[in-house]
Amino acid sequence: MKKFLVFIQKEFYHIVRDTWTMIILLVLPILMTLLFGFGISTEIKNAKFAVYDPSHDLATQKIIDKIKTSDYFTLETYIDDPADIETIFQEGKIALVIVFSEQFYENMLHTGDAQILLIADGTDPNTASTLTSYASRLVASYQQDQMGATGMPPYQIHTEVKLLYNPTLKGSYNTVPGVMGMILMLICAMMTSVSIAREKELGSMEVILVSPMPPLLIILSKVIPYFAISIVNFTTVLLLSVYALEIPIVGSLFLLYGLALLFIFVSLALGLLISSLVDKQIVALLISVMGLLLPTVLLSGLMFPIENMPLLLQGIAQIVPAKWFIVAVKNVMIKGLGITSIMKELVVLGAMAVVLITLSLKKFKIRLD
Amino acid sequence: MKVIETDKLTKKFGSFTAVDSISMEVEKGEIFGFLGANGAGKTTAMRMLCGLSTPTSGKGTVAGFDINKNPEDIKKNIGYMSQKFALYEDLKVWENLRLFGGIYGVPQKEIEPRIDKLLTTLGFMDEKNTMVKALPLGWKQKLSFSASIFHEPKIVFLDEPTGGVDPATRRQFWELIYDASDRGITVFVTTHYMDEAEYCDRVSIMVDGKIEALDSPKNLKSTFNVESMDEVFFQLARGAKNE
Repeated sequence: MKKFLVFIQKEFYHIVRDTWTMIILLVLPILMTLLFGFGISTEIKNAKFAVYDPSHDLATQKIIDKIKTSDYFTLETYIDDPADIETIFQEGKIALVIVFSEQFYENMLHTGDAQILLIADGTDPNTASTLTSYASRLVASYQQDQMGATGMPPYQIHTEVKLLYNPTLKGSYNTVPGVMGMILMLICAMMTSVSIAREKELGSMEVILVSPMPPLLIILSKVIPYFAISIVNFTTVLLLSVYALEIPIVGSLFLLYGLALLFIFVSLALGLLISSLVDKQIVALLISVMGLLLPTVLLSGLMFPIENMPLLLQGIAQIVPAKWFIVAVKNVMIKGLGITSIMKELVVLGAMAVVLITLSLKKFKIRLD
Repeated sequence: MKVIETDKLTKKFGSFTAVDSISMEVEKGEIFGFLGANGAGKTTAMRMLCGLSTPTSGKGTVAGFDINKNPEDIKKNIGYMSQKFALYEDLKVWENLRLFGGIYGVPQKEIEPRIDKLLTTLGFMDEKNTMVKALPLGWKQKLSFSASIFHEPKIVFLDEPTGGVDPATRRQFWELIYDASDRGITVFVTTHYMDEAEYCDRVSIMVDGKIEALDSPKNLKSTFNVESMDEVFFQLARGAKNE
């Protein structure tokens, strides 16, 4: 036991005495959380819009008021001629144009044929779809107001599922679980695999393997420091989300930590597996980045919705551990759901952990044959 | 007393025979030189003796334990130093020694006094708190050797311990080896330097996985009727296939 502790301590010395390692382990997660939380955001504020309103009646005025008083939109100008719509987009000042049909109020009351056309710049599809969905939501909410006031027949109201749990439309609700996955993958898998590969490269692994220290303890002592640091990092990200990004933790904190532990085991096992396959730090680093970090960023649903990917990529996304972790974190942390809602994710991650740990322990060369 | 005995020890990788039926005996306290060109099979043979690699066939005992059956017991009784790795550069001198003392099972209470005693003997007490990376190579290697025998093993295996070191430092290094041998530690050393071969009590020369010669440097020179170990080595290695 004593020799085990001495060995873990040595690993901590390696970490603490290397400035870059310290920066990656402690500063990077904070930066990433803040950057993704504040900076890289799909959230839209004060987007400029223009209006073409041939009706100029009570209803159109109310709808315009509703949209322009929301946080998301600012009224830039009225257009008098529909031919100007294209010019105004080309100038690039306007993100959205709202076009009302003629005799809007009349039609709304009598024929039910009141139409609104939302035009957005499709060259940036993400922004365009966000803008149109915000605007149609505002229109829908106007309709709802009217329904209550005049007792008109009910309208079909379109609401997106995403908004259900994110009433303020904050982009960071979406990114924080993804950032957690990224950070844990970075620290557990990448740092562990690099640190073990370094021992192989230095030749110290050989010297340690000649010692009476059991190989299992050697692995454990390499892994435990990164395990401890990743728990610290997970806590940091949680604190940042609650206090800096103002995302409340709705669900059980206990369950959230359980989930993080499971994901950490998967990541550590991946790191071990990589380090058992390679002998050079640079190779370990490349495999971790290309094989683990990139899929975590691109295929886990953090950046792009998985449903919109080509089938092949959708298939690959299923084996990205972060994908399952992110879904489960969203369910627990943001939607506040209980353990029953994430059974599938827990089972998948659990199976991944078991398979990967078994595989990496088998692969770890006890003897250097 | 024999501390290393092997009988037709063989290691094959696929169809390639790296170590071909080697048999030898090493006495307690002996300095045994294990020579051979690159690729002759020295490292593979040494790994089998250290319990790092299982023989394909043949038998052997190291420190009284069977290579095939009790490699873990062998590990407790040997020290190992490789040319590639000296000590952890980002640990202090005493931290390195404590680490190796620790993993080889030196009792906690004894580690501190032993470190102080060792550093005093080496005249190195002032550098106790120095990071290893700040030390010159020669010192690193002396310390590395001291770390490998810190737990007073029965045998220490040195894999080209003096690579890249100047002759004066090499000479000092060999004084440490003699001290260890005087204390009864058997030294099993591979080297490229033929002047070092002369310092050994006995040497074996491996060619293509086989031990082609095994005797004291003096006897080898008279057998081959040459002036230096260099020439002995050259005559034997000339016929090698696996250069």
